[in-house]
Amino acid sequence: MAISYLSVIALIPLAAVLARSTENGLDGFWAAVSNPQAWAALRLTLIASLIVVFVNAVIGTLIAWVLVRDEFRGKGLVNSLIDLPFALPTIVAGLTLLALYGPDGPFGVNVAFTRFSVVLALLFVTLPFVVRAVQPVLLELDREAEQAAESLGAGRLTVFRRIILPSLAPAVIAGCGLAFARAVGEFGSLVLITGNLPFKTQAASVFIFAQVESDDVTGAAAVSTALLTISFVVLLGFGRLARKAVQDGG
Amino acid sequence: MAARLALRGIAVGYLGLLLALPVGLVFYRAFEDGLVAFWDAVTTPEAMHAFWLTCAMVAVAVPLNTLFGVLCAMVLVRQSFRGKAVLNAAIDLPFAVSPVVIGLALILVYGREGWVGEVLIENGIRVIFSPVGMVLATIFISLPFVAREVAPVLREIGTEQEQAAETLGAGPWQSFLRITLPAIRWGVAYGVVLTTARALGEFGPILVFSGATRMRTEVLPTTVFLELSVGNLEAAVAVSLLMVAAALIVLVIVRVYGMEAPSARVKRP
Repeated sequence: MAISYLSVIALIPLAAVLARSTENGLDGFWAAVSNPQAWAALRLTLIASLIVVFVNAVIGTLIAWVLVRDEFRGKGLVNSLIDLPFALPTIVAGLTLLALYGPDGPFGVNVAFTRFSVVLALLFVTLPFVVRAVQPVLLELDREAEQAAESLGAGRLTVFRRIILPSLAPAVIAGCGLAFARAVGEFGSLVLITGNLPFKTQAASVFIFAQVESDDVTGAAAVSTALLTISFVVLLGFGRLARKAVQDGG
Repeated sequence: MAARLALRGIAVGYLGLLLALPVGLVFYRAFEDGLVAFWDAVTTPEAMHAFWLTCAMVAVAVPLNTLFGVLCAMVLVRQSFRGKAVLNAAIDLPFAVSPVVIGLALILVYGREGWVGEVLIENGIRVIFSPVGMVLATIFISLPFVAREVAPVLREIGTEQEQAAETLGAGPWQSFLRITLPAIRWGVAYGVVLTTARALGEFGPILVFSGATRMRTEVLPTTVFLELSVGNLEAAVAVSLLMVAAALIVLVIVRVYGMEAPSARVKRP
């Protein structure tokens, strides 16, 4: 029963996308994907997502660190705030960013309709992944090893690099994988702030939407398939990295 | 100490610039012209219609997905069968697939030229551009949460208590209601919270599959989208504020009940 529910809702429709994408043969598929506008959109999505994942890996780990190891007033509030991007509708996420960093922003900072706005929106919606993946691991991390290393004369940086980082790496990579998957497909938060300028700020998901709107369903299916393939390959890569990190971390 | 303060400053500063300030500004903007203006903006017929439609979507999609989620978690944890790994991976698909692609996928099956769309339309069932289709899209997008939160809890509690109950003469249904359900209730609750948040918030599939017809297939995020498309920032901000408030309520619920994602608590391999 569980399987049939899943099939009707999710699996059959997704299979339909794959089937439709090659309706005009492989040549048709390739023509749709290598159309310059589609190509630019896919490239933008891929590059922006990789940037976002990298930033998240660094700042997400840092935030998790501060939330676990530091004590200050209002920490509980900050901790709750982390989940806000999950609870907030994506279109509202786009609107809030537009309100502050758009043309009518109070500080005169206007990034709307630039490539940076794509990265900004993606940073907003992917914020919780790395933080929430790293936090529990950091909480359970044995501090004795760190203290032992310090008493043996290791500097702070050495302790972090040699002791803490190897234990955190699998969690960081797992969080990055989730963040990447989300960033590649993100739509709601991008549609407002990026202006969807073809060749400049139009991400792949928004491009697919435009194609559906103009009734080019087959083209949309082809680009969707390409997008699915990209995220699948990168996720496999993340999985491999995570396994390697587990082995290295002992 | 200096390093610690610097780290704290970076973390809080980043969150402030990315999250707190933008969201705070929406509050400010929404009430800038006074409460009356805000009230007028959220009580237009369109916004009211969108509000009730959104509630209806959630009311249908969340219970169905909860049922499915618990069932699915039971199957995944308690049974072993061929293709289990495939099922396990397939559940996460709605996370990994772009919302727009989900909308497109539904068009290809249930749309006018879709695999079953024609048959459905001949029988007078219209899925595309209708509330039925919107429910379908909402279910799709929020499918995995309950299963993902319940599965680790089920794994943790094991089957000993259930077996004990069964030796004492309880039927499978009774042992589920009296033993299993109480044990997994926080997992279910957290899953429901996440399902609801996602069902409320992700309008990509609805926009692609059901369109954005005013008073027909318009949910609250669609209202924001439509108002902003015609440059009506005030109305968009006011409706957004409703959803920000809903999001904050969700966060408070999670916090007050001390709910923590079971999926996050379980050690990763």
